[in-house]
Amino acid sequence: MAEQPLFKVTIDNVTVEVPAGTTILQAARKAGPEVAPPAMCYYSKLEGSGGKCRTCLVEVSKGSDRDPRPMPKLVASCRTTVMDGMEVKNLTSERVVDARKGVVEFLLINHPLDCPICDQAGECHLQDLSYNHGASGTRYEFQRRTFEKHSLGDKIQLHMTRCILCYRCVMVADQLTGQREHGVLERGERAEISDYLEKSLDKEFIGNVIDVCPVGALTDKTFRFKNRVWFLKPLNAHRDCPTCSGKVTLWNRGDEVFRVTARKDQWGEVEDWICNECRFDKKKTSDWVIEGPREISRHSVISQNKYIGMVKPKETIDEVIGKEPRLFLDIHDVSQVNEKDRDLSLIEGPAHSTDFKEKDEKKQ
Amino acid sequence: MKLLLENAHIEGIRYFEAYRKNGGYRSVEKALKMTPDEIVEEVKKSGLRGRGGAGFPTGLKWSFLAKPEGVPRHLVCNADESEPGTFKDRYLMEFLPHLLIEGLIVSSFALGSNATYIYIRGEYAWIPDILEQAIQEAKNNGFLGKNILGTGFDLEIYVHRGAGAYICGEETALIESLEGKRGNPRIKPPFPAVQGVWMRPTVVNNVETLATIVPIINMGGEAYGNIGVGKSTGTKLISACGNLNKPGVYEIPFDLSVEDFIYSDEWCGGIPNGKRLKACIPGGSSVPIVPANLLLKTAKGETRYMNYESLSDGGFQTGTMLGSGGFIVLDEDQCVVKHTMTLAHFYMHESCGQCSPCREGTGWMWRILKNIENGKGKMEDIDLLWDVQRRIEGNTICPLGDAAAWPVAAAIRHFRDEFEWHVLNPEEAQQRNYGIAHYADPREVPVA
Repeated sequence: MAEQPLFKVTIDNVTVEVPAGTTILQAARKAGPEVAPPAMCYYSKLEGSGGKCRTCLVEVSKGSDRDPRPMPKLVASCRTTVMDGMEVKNLTSERVVDARKGVVEFLLINHPLDCPICDQAGECHLQDLSYNHGASGTRYEFQRRTFEKHSLGDKIQLHMTRCILCYRCVMVADQLTGQREHGVLERGERAEISDYLEKSLDKEFIGNVIDVCPVGALTDKTFRFKNRVWFLKPLNAHRDCPTCSGKVTLWNRGDEVFRVTARKDQWGEVEDWICNECRFDKKKTSDWVIEGPREISRHSVISQNKYIGMVKPKETIDEVIGKEPRLFLDIHDVSQVNEKDRDLSLIEGPAHSTDFKEKDEKKQ
Repeated sequence: MKLLLENAHIEGIRYFEAYRKNGGYRSVEKALKMTPDEIVEEVKKSGLRGRGGAGFPTGLKWSFLAKPEGVPRHLVCNADESEPGTFKDRYLMEFLPHLLIEGLIVSSFALGSNATYIYIRGEYAWIPDILEQAIQEAKNNGFLGKNILGTGFDLEIYVHRGAGAYICGEETALIESLEGKRGNPRIKPPFPAVQGVWMRPTVVNNVETLATIVPIINMGGEAYGNIGVGKSTGTKLISACGNLNKPGVYEIPFDLSVEDFIYSDEWCGGIPNGKRLKACIPGGSSVPIVPANLLLKTAKGETRYMNYESLSDGGFQTGTMLGSGGFIVLDEDQCVVKHTMTLAHFYMHESCGQCSPCREGTGWMWRILKNIENGKGKMEDIDLLWDVQRRIEGNTICPLGDAAAWPVAAAIRHFRDEFEWHVLNPEEAQQRNYGIAHYADPREVPVA
C-alpha cells in the first residue's frame, strides 16, 4: 500500500496531523475531547452515517494551504474530509455556537423531556448535548408531537416520541444483520421509525440498535424500569461466545446482573458488537468472567461530578404550590454509590454493599 | 424572439411527423457528426445557465463529469417540477415532447450516456404517456435505440414516475428515488458528477435546460450567446400566475422589463379588476417575495429587467432571484401573512425529515404563522420567527431548508408592518385585509 500523506489540520488552535481522507470530526477527536464537536447521528463504525443531525457543524476559516478561501457555509464536520493546512473553528466561532444552540433547540422542541422516567437518562447523548450546548428554557409553545409506543419484538421497545431520527439503527440493521425489517416511514416532522407490517426485530446482532441509539427511543425490554444506570456498577466481562467476541460490559448491583451492553469508548461508540444471546439471555454473574471495573469516561452523570458547580435552573415547584416541596428521596443520602467523593473505579470486582460500609468505617 | 416555443402553435407538433417536417431532429444529425467535446464546448460558449432555479452554467457542469474508464455514465432529466408557481416544464413536455427527446439525444451523446432517464413527478399523471409515445416514435425513425443514424451510438431513454414528493426535485434525492430508495438527499460531496445514479458519474439537468440544447446546436453556441443580456443568454420560459389578466407560459427575452411583462398587453396584460400590484415572487415559491416598489425599480432607482442579474440586484436585502421562473403576482387584496403561512405549510409538508433544522423548524414556522394569521400572535412571535428561519438557513443538508427560510425572511423584511398589524388588530385582521400600503404600485388601472 502506498504511504498516505499526512495533512496538518488546526482545530480551535490545536494542530494535529492526520492521514488524507480523515474527516474533520475524526481529526478533532484526535486533537482532544475539548475541541471535538458533538455528534448525535455520526457513528464511525457505521458506513454512511452522519450529516443528519447538524450538531457537529463547524466553521472552516481556511480551506487549505493551496486554496485558503474560507467555506461560506458551516459544514458538517463528520462528513467533510480535511485538507492540508485547513483551519477549523469549533467552539471559538460564534456562528458555530449559535447554530449549534439552534440545532439543540430544534431537537428538543418535540422531545418529550421525560428523562425522569426514561431508561436512557444518565447515559443519554441528548441530555449531554443539551447540558453542554443548549439553553435552559424553551420558546416552543405548541403541543409536542407524540407517537404511540411500539413493540419491536419481545426484546426491544420503541418509544418513537423520543427519537431524533439519526438513522443509526437503520444502518445497524442494514450492515450488521442479515435482513432489515425496519426503516423510516412518512416524511418531515411526521417521519417515524417503524418495522415492516408488525414484523419483529429478532435477527442476530439486532440488539445493537439499543446501544447505538443516542436517546431512549430503543430500549432493552429485559432491563426497562429495573434500575437507574447510575445506581449500577459497570464491569468489564467476557465469555466464550460462539457468535460474537463475547466482550461486554455488565451493569451490576451487588452480584446481580441487571443488563449487558457492548463496551463503549469515550465517544459512546461500541467497541465490539455483541450478539443477542450475550445481551438478553446471559443475566447471571456465573455466565461471565469478570475482568474488573470499567470506567465510563464520557460526559454523563455516570462519570460522577461532571456537572457539579453548574447553575441549577430556577425551581418553579415552590412558586406553584406556595411552599418548599418535600423531598421524597435525596439520592446522596440513600445511595452511597452516588456519593460525591466515591470513586467506583477503585473498587475491585463487583461492588457489594459491604464495600461501601467497610470504606465508611475506615473513614471514621 | 422564440427559440423553444417557436413551433408550439403548429397543429400535430406533438407527433413526430409534424415535428420533423418543421425542422425537428436537425440538431441530432448535426451533433452526431461532431465529437462530444465539441458539443460541450458549444454549450460552454452559449453561456447557458441551468433553468431549474440555481442558474449554474450548464457547460461548466458538464465539464465536471468524471470519466473513469469502463464505468457507464448517465444523464438524468429532472422533470420533477414541483415548485409552487412553476409549470413551464409541463407545458414543454405536453406540447413539444420531441423537443425534449431531441435535446436528450444530443446531450446524452455529448456526455456519453447510453441510458438516460426522465424522472417525472407523479402528479403529472398524463405526461409520461406523451413522452413514451414520443420515445417510441423516435425509435421507429432511427433516432433512438441501437446504432443511431448509423453512427454506432446507442441510447435508450426511460421515463420514471416519481411518487409525488417535492424533495425529489433536489438532484441527489432524485437519484436516490430513481434507485428505488427513500427520497432523502445525499450528503455532498461526493457530487453526482462523480458518484450519482448507482454510484456512476451522472449529470442531472432540468427539462428546459436540455430542450435549450437543441437551438444551441442548431444555431451554434456563439450565436446563442449573443442573444440576451450579459450573463443571461438566450431566452427563458416564465410561468406567470396569480392576479394577472393573462396568466400562462411565456418565452421571454432577457431584456424585457418587469413592468412591461406585467402590464403590457403583449405579455400578462396587467392586474385584473382595477387592482394595484402589491408584491411578487418572480422565481417560484422559494425565492424571496418583493414589494411592488422594489420589483419594478431596483433600490438604486433603475428599471428592473427579467434576467438573472437584474432581479438579484441588491442581494436579498432589496432584490430577489429569477429562480425557476414561477412568476407569482399578488394584488392589493392579498394577505402576505396568509400567503407566507401557506408556503410554510407546503415546506413543512414536503420536508424529508432527514436533518433536524428543517424537520423541526419548518413545522415550528408554520405554527407561529398560523397563530399570527388567526389573531393569536404576539409581537415577540415575529422576532422568534426571524430567529427560527435564521437558524434553518444554510444549516441543512439540501437547499430545501433555505427554500423554506427565504420566503419567511423576505416577508418579515419587507412586510413587517403587516405582521404587526395582525398582532395589534387580531379581530380586524380576521375580517379584512391590510389594504394599500406604501410599497404598492401607485398606478390606477381602469376596470375593463
